[in-house]
Amino acid sequence: MLYRETGQFKSTYVQDQAIFPIRQDRWAVALIALVAFVAVPLLANEYWLQAVLIPFVIFSLAAIGLNLLTGYAGQLSLGTGAFMAVGAYATFKITTAFPGLDLAVIFILAGVAAAGVGLVFGLPSLRIKGFYLAVATLAAQFFLTWMFNRVPWFYNYNSSGTITAPPRRMLGILVSGAAAPAPVRYLAALSFLALLALAAKNLVRGRIGRNWMAVRDMDVAAEVIGIRTARTKLLAFAISSFYCGIAGAMMVFLWLGSAETLAFDIDVSFQVLFMVIIGGLGSILGSILGAAFITLVPILLTNLPRLAGLDIATDVSKNLEYVVFGGLIVFFLIAEPLGLARLWHTFKDKLRLWPFPY
Amino acid sequence: MEILKAVFLSPFAEMIGSPRFFAEVVVGGLLTGVMYSLVALGFVLIFKASGVFNFAQGAMVLFAALTLVGLMEHGAPVWLALILTLAVMTGLAWLIERLMLRPLVNQPDISLFMATLGLSYLLQGVGQLAWGSNVMVLDIGLPDQSFKVLGILINEQNLAAAVVAAVLVAVLAVFFQWTRVGRALRAVADDHQAAQSVGIPLNRIWLIVWSVAGMVALVAGVMWGAKSGVQFSLALIALKALPVLILGGFTSVPGAIVGGLIIGVGEKIAEVYWGPAAGGAIEDWFAYMLALVFLLFRPQGLFGERIIERV
Repeated sequence: MLYRETGQFKSTYVQDQAIFPIRQDRWAVALIALVAFVAVPLLANEYWLQAVLIPFVIFSLAAIGLNLLTGYAGQLSLGTGAFMAVGAYATFKITTAFPGLDLAVIFILAGVAAAGVGLVFGLPSLRIKGFYLAVATLAAQFFLTWMFNRVPWFYNYNSSGTITAPPRRMLGILVSGAAAPAPVRYLAALSFLALLALAAKNLVRGRIGRNWMAVRDMDVAAEVIGIRTARTKLLAFAISSFYCGIAGAMMVFLWLGSAETLAFDIDVSFQVLFMVIIGGLGSILGSILGAAFITLVPILLTNLPRLAGLDIATDVSKNLEYVVFGGLIVFFLIAEPLGLARLWHTFKDKLRLWPFPY
Repeated sequence: MEILKAVFLSPFAEMIGSPRFFAEVVVGGLLTGVMYSLVALGFVLIFKASGVFNFAQGAMVLFAALTLVGLMEHGAPVWLALILTLAVMTGLAWLIERLMLRPLVNQPDISLFMATLGLSYLLQGVGQLAWGSNVMVLDIGLPDQSFKVLGILINEQNLAAAVVAAVLVAVLAVFFQWTRVGRALRAVADDHQAAQSVGIPLNRIWLIVWSVAGMVALVAGVMWGAKSGVQFSLALIALKALPVLILGGFTSVPGAIVGGLIIGVGEKIAEVYWGPAAGGAIEDWFAYMLALVFLLFRPQGLFGERIIERV
């Protein structure tokens, strides 16, 4: 009843190729954008922004990055944390060297740096694939975090070994450092997410995305029909790392304020991978849904017992979190292997016919 | 210049300068390598028989060790605790087969891999909920002295681990090669469908494989636990076993052993001789880099099956 596309005719190619061809979808997206950009910064308090919304936005971006690589190009990677670290440390190095440079420009440069590193660690993908490749990307994870930890040049020889976000401006507005207010940092991160998600969506609809999917489905066959697999795979690594690098930079500069390599360890890589899997492989929307799920569940798990009036020791609740988290993942894979994005599509198909059965 | 000298010159000079110390490093590396092999063995068993890349092997090691220590702290004698832990691991294998593998039949490999990641979290949580998350000392009466052979210092505990590993591999080889179940396992590893069509019950085979992997996990857990105490970090040795797998090939039992030895020795030598030049703690990634470089030349590992592409 509400969600009918009857009577919406597409009379031009532009209309036919629109990302949201249905009018109701466009309204919904506009509404969501309005809520996310206007209502949330006005209404949400410091705790919500800092503990829930900013990490959600940042991890959404990282999940999109990994989804481009794993979901679209079919290259399993466990080095997401390391590529995020490259972005963060590159931002730190550039911004301390050129304090006057706009942070938005630096983020892009850091993304490019991460893309370069991703390209290098993507080289094994030309020879190996599947789980062998996944283990090979672990080399990136361990080597890069070790390097950022051990080579003092990366953290400017300070004694604590951490990188700290100095006060910096983006388009004239103070967005990083201790004085930057949470709503501003949220908006900056959200703007990056919106732009890059749109770019990703268009990327995967175009030639590059189709090449990726062909390689994912069967790389020998892709080569036979004339796709240059080496270039396609490396491009996937570079672009994916670009996204992850910017996410890592945002993590330190817009969220945590200061970090050491521990913030980018292998658990982060797994977490982003969980987001991609639970959200749905090969879906931009799925990455965002997955990020929402994975950032919200631990917060719920730590707060629920307290709300219910139970007092649980921290180590017990930590272990309980492990159990519930692991159980949820296994359950999810069994119940809906194609992820939240698939659930959303089923819901939409149902909604189309509602309230009639068919 | 200084750094070049530290990388290319002085390590070799040191090696030649004191061959006895070098031999000690190598032997120490070999014995640590055996421990890696033990963990890698569990991976290989499951990957061979069910095509599942079981990331939870490390968590299974932790879980087995925790159960054993927990039972012993409650007053069970060693032999009883061992038997009970074996029973628990078999029960666990049954649960995994029933609740996780069966519903996931025919799903893509990555789903199964992710499921084992979830399982790994689950096992870590359950194990520590049940037995506490403190570091526990595991003492099952292994000797812990060092003695000298030809002037080389050898730790008895490491030697015991090597002997146990050798026995385990021999038993597994016999089991795989000459028993009825072993032959069925090899058939399943070759081709699920063909095995099923000649009447091999896939579900029971999986149960057996996961039980055997649980047993290997218990052995690895005992060895590692006796060496460094039973604690959370045991689950992380799975990460150390992965380069071993790459090196040896995912599907080869001898590969797991040889790969473990190579990684163990390489890591020790690198840490002792090149560690100072690189700023220390290169053990964390050296094994991965070694495996990565190796992969560029031989993608299927040392003993892995040749990868044949068909369109």
